[in-house]
Amino acid sequence: MPKVIKIRKGLNIPLVGDAEKILVRPKPSASYAVKPIDFWGITPRLCVEPGDTVRAGSPLFVDKQRPQIAFTSPVSGTVADVVRGARRALQEVVVIPDAEMGYEQFEAADPATLSREQVVDMMLRSGLWPHLTQRPFGVVADPEAQPKGIYISCFDTAPLAVDIDFALQGDDKTFQAGIEALRKLTPGEVHLGINAEYPESKLLGRIKNVQKHYFSGPHPAGNVGVQIAQIDPINKGEVVWTMRPQSVLMLGRLFLKGIYDASLVVATAGSGVAKPRYHQTIQGARVDGLLDWAGGEGGIELRIISGNVLTGRKVDSMGHLGFGDNLITVIPEGRYHEFFGWLAPGFGKYSASRSFLSSLRFGKRFNLDTNYHGEARAYVVTGQYEKVRPFDIYPVYLIKAIMAGDIERMEQLGIYEVIEEDMALCEYVCTSKIEVQEVLRRGINTMMTELA
Amino acid sequence: MHKHLIMKSLRKLIDSIKPHFEPGAKLGAFHSTFEAFESMFFVPDKVTDRGCHIRDAIDLKRTMFTMIIALVPALLFGMWNVGYQHSLAIGENWPLWPAFWFGLLKVLPIIVVSYAVGLSIEFAFAQKRKHQVNEGFLVSGLIIPMLMPVNVPLWMVALATAFAVLIGKEAFGGTGMNIFNPALLARAFLFFAYPSRMSGEAAWVVPSEGMADAFTGATPLAHAAAGAMDKVASAYDLFMGFVPGSIGETSTLAILIGAVLLVATGVASWKIMLSTVVGGMAAGYLFNAVGGSAYMTMPPWQHLLMGGFAFGAVFMATDPVTSAQTECGKWIYGFLVGFMALLIRVLNPAYPEGMMLSILLMNAFAPLIDHIVVGTSIRRRMRRQPLSTTKN
Repeated sequence: MPKVIKIRKGLNIPLVGDAEKILVRPKPSASYAVKPIDFWGITPRLCVEPGDTVRAGSPLFVDKQRPQIAFTSPVSGTVADVVRGARRALQEVVVIPDAEMGYEQFEAADPATLSREQVVDMMLRSGLWPHLTQRPFGVVADPEAQPKGIYISCFDTAPLAVDIDFALQGDDKTFQAGIEALRKLTPGEVHLGINAEYPESKLLGRIKNVQKHYFSGPHPAGNVGVQIAQIDPINKGEVVWTMRPQSVLMLGRLFLKGIYDASLVVATAGSGVAKPRYHQTIQGARVDGLLDWAGGEGGIELRIISGNVLTGRKVDSMGHLGFGDNLITVIPEGRYHEFFGWLAPGFGKYSASRSFLSSLRFGKRFNLDTNYHGEARAYVVTGQYEKVRPFDIYPVYLIKAIMAGDIERMEQLGIYEVIEEDMALCEYVCTSKIEVQEVLRRGINTMMTELA
Repeated sequence: MHKHLIMKSLRKLIDSIKPHFEPGAKLGAFHSTFEAFESMFFVPDKVTDRGCHIRDAIDLKRTMFTMIIALVPALLFGMWNVGYQHSLAIGENWPLWPAFWFGLLKVLPIIVVSYAVGLSIEFAFAQKRKHQVNEGFLVSGLIIPMLMPVNVPLWMVALATAFAVLIGKEAFGGTGMNIFNPALLARAFLFFAYPSRMSGEAAWVVPSEGMADAFTGATPLAHAAAGAMDKVASAYDLFMGFVPGSIGETSTLAILIGAVLLVATGVASWKIMLSTVVGGMAAGYLFNAVGGSAYMTMPPWQHLLMGGFAFGAVFMATDPVTSAQTECGKWIYGFLVGFMALLIRVLNPAYPEGMMLSILLMNAFAPLIDHIVVGTSIRRRMRRQPLSTTKN
């Protein structure tokens, strides 16, 4: 058995509604969308107008600052709508799919025989580039940069998360082709983070030319940021890239077949889903096609989240999957006044603290809703964040440095090593209900402007 | 069913008067006050809109409430002990209920004054700053009476509470921002402003005509400081709390019950409690080794039962706002609290109760301890920095 990195700090929130391991193939969605708001630090410039026909792999918009980075359509069809929000900011570009899928043709090639420039060029043109995320800051990777390494976490520990071993519906040749392409991009290594709590999947077992690292422990052990911090923490001035495992498959398909095939497996989960299971679909699909619910049983108001309950984005039933999201979580809204809620013994309430009697019910799973369970306050309780933070970072000090706008201190306290998802649990457990993720993003934005 | 009805009508009432308290409305000036009461009866119906979609069930009300529950055994015992000590003073031995009733009537006014003064100031400041009212004072307001000698005049309680809340808390920006524990500040204020009322034999036992001759109201600490080790109560009496002292501090047993709840719920740091005890023991053994006075050769564990040591270790040193905030810092902080408490107690004849001053002193040093602890993390990060970095 190889060396296992044990993550001790963290929390598995016991939610009800795990997806059953049944893969269904739903009818194609009514529409697909790419949302610029899924990418930090880009300014979109549209390449299409409503009514234009596109193929899978045709650019919908590019980044104004780095126009070589194309964000392409996941399907072939007609551009139906360009949704703008406040101050005309581009929210999403919606494509109605054709009956028959048509792909932009790129040249299939063995990535091992290509130069770095050729690989980069192919990824940029096809729309695969935005699947590469840069750390620090969690932004779309810079094609000019030389990352110290590329990290892929092959398991997800978030609440109700997808079983990635099950979701990786593809053969190891495709995955390996993706890995070979990635290997061209970095002078360093491609690192895989693998769950040590289960036997390694057949597919991952066959993957070569990578460094494998085995992790065990509670969430956020599956977060790529946690794994990087354990393997080789990011220092000031260094850059690493990350990619999701299903995107590696897309990358492999690009080089093997010469097409941008953005199909992926998405799970539906949570107490609001009648039959939580896995769906073979395409990136950016409209969520209603995947939810076979009765529209909220008994008139309960539900929240649909593209992603998991900690970091996902709220969408309506006509909304679309976020970029790279492989999970749709549906939980009840919590719009109710609870009479003396803070006083109740709390058998049915889940808390990471032990101040509710529910902490005596080991192994019970909870149906949690979106209620705040309190009001925002100044920091009072200490030591709470530290219990769910597997980094050598003092989260409260970092958050306070951001609130104070102290750039040097943010740097010293490790802002390069974390993005929102890595500190989401801090926000969840917070007694003072501080918006940790939002504050952190504010700090990251400050750093980006400062370093730009 | 009954609860349901009350709940519904109350909700209706609140919803009907709520618009009057919205900012800009007629009673908008009292928005914070209204909100404080509304959120006491009902957890707000606010839902998440960004970041995490679910939130932990805990909030500050729950935390503070747990703290109050933990204080209750010591408070109830303290009430009984007030009556019991009085009955001893007049040469009688009252049964449980008369003693408790006597104490209740003595202690309740102090609690009422403390809450009334403190909460009025808190509400006024919240109103003025358009903040929400913070729950912090619910605990401070109960601890202040428990730190008082029972004979303290009510006006002094009012004055001390006002001082603690204004200078100790609001001056720094309210709950969460303060450097010193407000309740201890109230106690220290009286200790230095009115020393004659806060120490000496008369302070601790309710006086009356016809005091028994043999009776002295001196606390074990006073006896020990005077070198009268033979007059210090037995370890059993100290542990149970059958001795004169501040209202809530005497019974180590009652405090331990609270400590168990605080540790079990995770509301207070067991690291601080443990390291405070370790620090106290360490100082005690040090004194034993040096020898000298009778006080210095007293067995170290006996210190833990005397005066405010246990109360301070469990309820005051663990105040999350004023103690060290890093986990490593908590060990250092607690150790020093315990160590300094004995140092002040034994070596400084002017202050028989070292715990109060020791915690206040360490409150002042807690940020420094944290600074050093966080600094080591920062240095680790900076050392990792590769020298070849040229970008940026």
